[in-house]
Amino acid sequence: MGMAEAILLTIATAATPLLLAAIGELVVERSGVLNLGVEGMMLMGAVVAFGMAYMTGNAWFGVLAGAIAGMLFSLFFGFLALTLVTNQVATGLALTLLGIGLSGMIGEAFVGQPGVKLGALDIPVLTDIPLVGRLLFGQDPMFYISLLLTAGVMWFLFRTRAGLTLRSVGDSHSSAHALGIKVIAIRYMAVMFGGFCAGLAGAQLSLVYTTQWIENMTAGRGWIALALVVFASWRPWRVLAGAYLFGAITIAQLHIQATNLGDLAGLPGPLYWLAGLVKAVPSQFLSSLPYLATIVVLVLISRNRRLTMMNTPASLGRPFVPDR
Amino acid sequence: MRKRTLLALAAATALMSAGTALAQDKTKACFIYVGPIGDFGWSYQHHQGALEMQEELGGEDKVEIAYLESVPEGADAERAIERFARSGCNIVFTTSFGYMDATNKVAAKFPDVKFEHATGFKREHPNVATYNSKFHEGRYVQGVIAASLSEKGVAGYIASFPIPEVVMGINSFVLGAQSVDPDFKVKVVWANTWFDPGKEADAAKVLIDQGVDIITQHTDSTAPMQVAHERGIKAFGQASDMIKFGPETQLTSIVDDWGPYYAKRGKAVMDGTWEQVDVWGGMADGHVVMAPYTNMPDDVKKLAEETQDKITSGELNPFAGPINKQDGSEWLKEGEVADDGTLLGMNFYVEGVDDQLPQ
Repeated sequence: MGMAEAILLTIATAATPLLLAAIGELVVERSGVLNLGVEGMMLMGAVVAFGMAYMTGNAWFGVLAGAIAGMLFSLFFGFLALTLVTNQVATGLALTLLGIGLSGMIGEAFVGQPGVKLGALDIPVLTDIPLVGRLLFGQDPMFYISLLLTAGVMWFLFRTRAGLTLRSVGDSHSSAHALGIKVIAIRYMAVMFGGFCAGLAGAQLSLVYTTQWIENMTAGRGWIALALVVFASWRPWRVLAGAYLFGAITIAQLHIQATNLGDLAGLPGPLYWLAGLVKAVPSQFLSSLPYLATIVVLVLISRNRRLTMMNTPASLGRPFVPDR
Repeated sequence: MRKRTLLALAAATALMSAGTALAQDKTKACFIYVGPIGDFGWSYQHHQGALEMQEELGGEDKVEIAYLESVPEGADAERAIERFARSGCNIVFTTSFGYMDATNKVAAKFPDVKFEHATGFKREHPNVATYNSKFHEGRYVQGVIAASLSEKGVAGYIASFPIPEVVMGINSFVLGAQSVDPDFKVKVVWANTWFDPGKEADAAKVLIDQGVDIITQHTDSTAPMQVAHERGIKAFGQASDMIKFGPETQLTSIVDDWGPYYAKRGKAVMDGTWEQVDVWGGMADGHVVMAPYTNMPDDVKKLAEETQDKITSGELNPFAGPINKQDGSEWLKEGEVADDGTLLGMNFYVEGVDDQLPQ
């Protein structure tokens, strides 16, 4: 396995949970609901997926159970925020806190147990194609699911009538309501889809990324997914690009750290000098690069106010109480 | 009417004093942990130590144990420690470096409660003691093993934060390795976290992709061990015996054994002989224990055991001269031994570490 191939494979594994969680949240926000509970839903997905796979010995049952757990957990948010019209920001935060605690409690028995890995595909001839074989045909199923979901969301939002309806609910729930669209029902479905995706992201973490359950194992990835949605200005393909950019920077900085100057002794003078310059950057800075990149892009995007307004769902985070 | 009130008051007082008497029979030891006790690493070992102390000192009838898990370092810690001090704890163990200032602050308010802070150096009040273990002794042994086993001559080191404790570990590992193979190289990756299984796994993958064939870590999750297992290379565990996560992978692990120390200090509180101390125990004191040497040939195992014995007996000190600093300047002359103060504030690499230390 070549170095470039190895790097790309690692990046894909790092980017997939972000992409899964973010693409779900994108649909939620497109419907005008802000669910800050992504981290909590991911953790619920991770622990249930791990537990199910551990008990049945089948990783696919785990994936399914994780996604459903995320979905059910999001229903809790839906009931509070949509039916009881609580504050969405506070409810979302509460969902995250609840998810951290609840998943820790459920998962107590699973800590330290060997997990079941959702293995990578291995298609006889195709996977062995040099350079691209492993990348295209030899990754874990979650990688393909995340890409299919992204394409599906893109198609649904911008090519179907139902997608148009969902977006209209997010842009102006009053107008949509006046047209006879069932705003709350649509938002419920969007929230559940978001939970489903976050659950899948969690399942990827506990079945593919590290194959174990550890308390709080998402370590902030839910928040990064939330930032990615804004970063992508609510566009699916930009979420894809953002997730991979984020994964790439994370992995690249680890590679920079692991490459010692001694390894590069054969490089021509100027290149060696440049490498020395890069190596002189403190690792704390390199570690924060993905976050810095997110902020920089956010600043660049928000410079054009008109464009930002055009993309932001106008009813985002605003409660809707139908007035008959 | 009035008589009845008085009676009730008397009864209540009697009850209360009975309660106090009951409490005095038992010693209450309280623990603040930085992670979950199920982390199978740092906090897990502290909790094992707490349980060992309870058993050693006569079980639940004699010692009551209370603990709080996943207490963030900083302002929140102060509230948690104070709550314990108020709730009748006789002795409070705060088990992470970041609790240092909070521990001292609360200790000022509760002079009758004893406080023990792990890995810190501030003892601002007579009721604060500090304790730590010489984990670097174990890392020296790991270095010896790594250099004996590695075919490529490169090990990967997943580090957390550039604090003296971690830097000391890297230096000791490298010195141990170079005692076997003077050209041995170490690739250091700073994860800048104590606990992020995903990131630790990524770091392990990256190191393996870059050609290391042995991995050691100074972060707390079991993820690197698992990656090493998947990729078929060997690894060292961290803080506790992680053999369960890599039966064919773990070479050994530095196990933090806090039990004997906790038992000793708990006993001192019971006997009323508790005094402020600053303890830095190593292999000789039983603070640092090595998990069984596994997955290695017998000659390497023998070498590892010999090294461990020499460190335990005091014949070998990882930081005994001559040692140069990374830039080649002299640090310790022949026959000189690093003093504890320098080690506990270590912010430089020794010669042979090919990495820039983040400052």
